[in-house]
Amino acid sequence: MSWFLAIAIGAILAAGIFLTLSRSVLRVVIGISLIGSAVNLMLFASGRVGSGTPPIIDEGLQVLAGGVNPLPQALVLTAIVIGFALTCFSLVLALTLKQKTGASDTYELRDAEPPLGTDGKPTVLEDSQR
Amino acid sequence: MSAFLVASPVLVPLAVALLTTLLHTRPRLAANVSLLGGVALLACSLALLARVLADGVQRTAFGNWPAPFGIEFVVDPLSASMALITALMGVVCLVFQRSSADPAPESPTLHPLIHALLAGVGGAFVTGDLFNLYVWFEVMLLASLGLLALGMGRRHLDATLKYFVLNALGTLLFLAGIAAVYGLTGHLNYDALAQASSLVEPLRMLPAVALVCLAFLIKAGAFPLFAWLPSSYHTLPAPLLALFAALLTKVGVYAVLRMLGDVFVVTPDIAYQVLGWIAVATMITGVLGAAFHWDIRRILAFHIVSQIGYMLLGIALDSEAGTIGTIFYILHHIIVKANLFLIAAIIFSLTGSYDLRRIGGLWKTRPWLGVLFLIPALSLVGIPPLSGFWAKFIVVRESLAQGEFIWTAAALLVGFLTLYSMMKIWMQAFWAKHPDEQWTPPSDVRLGPAWLATIGLALITVVIGLMPQPLYSFAEQAVRAMGVSP
Repeated sequence: MSWFLAIAIGAILAAGIFLTLSRSVLRVVIGISLIGSAVNLMLFASGRVGSGTPPIIDEGLQVLAGGVNPLPQALVLTAIVIGFALTCFSLVLALTLKQKTGASDTYELRDAEPPLGTDGKPTVLEDSQR
Repeated sequence: MSAFLVASPVLVPLAVALLTTLLHTRPRLAANVSLLGGVALLACSLALLARVLADGVQRTAFGNWPAPFGIEFVVDPLSASMALITALMGVVCLVFQRSSADPAPESPTLHPLIHALLAGVGGAFVTGDLFNLYVWFEVMLLASLGLLALGMGRRHLDATLKYFVLNALGTLLFLAGIAAVYGLTGHLNYDALAQASSLVEPLRMLPAVALVCLAFLIKAGAFPLFAWLPSSYHTLPAPLLALFAALLTKVGVYAVLRMLGDVFVVTPDIAYQVLGWIAVATMITGVLGAAFHWDIRRILAFHIVSQIGYMLLGIALDSEAGTIGTIFYILHHIIVKANLFLIAAIIFSLTGSYDLRRIGGLWKTRPWLGVLFLIPALSLVGIPPLSGFWAKFIVVRESLAQGEFIWTAAALLVGFLTLYSMMKIWMQAFWAKHPDEQWTPPSDVRLGPAWLATIGLALITVVIGLMPQPLYSFAEQAVRAMGVSP
């Protein structure tokens, strides 16, 4: 089970990195959320997988024998919620960028850092264009 | 009462964020509540620092779950001083916002986001739990994204994207590091981790620690992953720019310091060697980037990167004196850097541009502004008797004492190049003639709050410079409260 999970994490991570290295903004955003999923699986695996017994200590006993580790599941739940918020924000950002600039190629997005002027020096950032 | 004080760096700003959200229909009242909330946070942080200095480290565990199981807030002198300076920067930013020097647009989300940012930064400083630290990093990230996109111009959105990608990857790396650390030790609480990680073989622990520290180095703006910083900061309006520049990268440095100095104390020497070279590369690339630019904001943004190098160098020296140097440096740098950005905004409002090729003539018309600029500028360079001299002196002396001559030489060289950039700003903005012959400084700008904020910060710089001993003793006490390896 651990090996299966490790291979799955590797495959999702590879797909995420491939998409993130792309020039298209939407692919980058999806890539980051895929990397997030891989990391969530990794967090889940850190509590050891195998047992499926609920983590409930039987009456009269002091220690949990053979149950799953509940802590990583709680951590993953938190990370999923936060990751969901970030993905929503980044999708809206990609959409607004497309609407405002008409560009979804990161090479064309040069508004914050305009290309150098003809004299080889940085161009002046006009603050009226804010 | 003690529990409230310990949680106040998070509770107070969150409450103010909630209040200002509810008051969104009455913007004036919301702005006043926001400023009052900032002052309340400052008062709570002062009380917290006094309590920590009088009674030692303060702890609060939440939800009646005792320490290694529940989430704990642990406030030692280092955390308390960081929380205090966060509150101070919040107040300075909110005061400056009331001037007409490049203020942030008064949108209904402005004040809630500023306070959410303060809550995230404060939480990162006081928490004693690795996963909780991740949550505060995410709060910080979301609030800063909101503030970056506030202007909604093309430039702002472009900057937000660039800031988002590397920072989101950094946060995910941190989460992966948490998974590795938890898998190896079974703990997330700092104290429990310190004990459990020393039982794991150091070389097995190293990749997990390296993953966590790499994430923090991205947040700190260290070489080679600082690209998000100089490509996004300059699009921010002045008060927010000062707040970002003062706090966000320093949270990353603080986290590296906390991890290496307090939690993973048995990290092998190779990690410190690598960190030292990263620090040197950060210093040099930052200062060279600054030398290329003509926009004051972009010059200063690159100087944040270069100064981060000095703080990391202090950590890399892995000794009591080195860590004292880092703490002294962080506290001095936050004040100086925020002040430089705020003074740049005053220059902008008087001359009409941030670009050095478009401005000048301020020495004839506003000589006192020139003097005010020189205080933080020369402190950043490290000219005695200003605060930056002592910060650099502690780090450089320790680096020499350890025989790290290349690191020392790099630190001194970068000091000279910093002087070049600061003099470039001074010569162009103050000494040179304004390119427009007809130019006179506008008289209708409201600069009272801006003067109050900048002169206040400059005074702190001068006081630290003339009397470094109290701050040095405090940094010494803060290091002794941590578990720095001998």
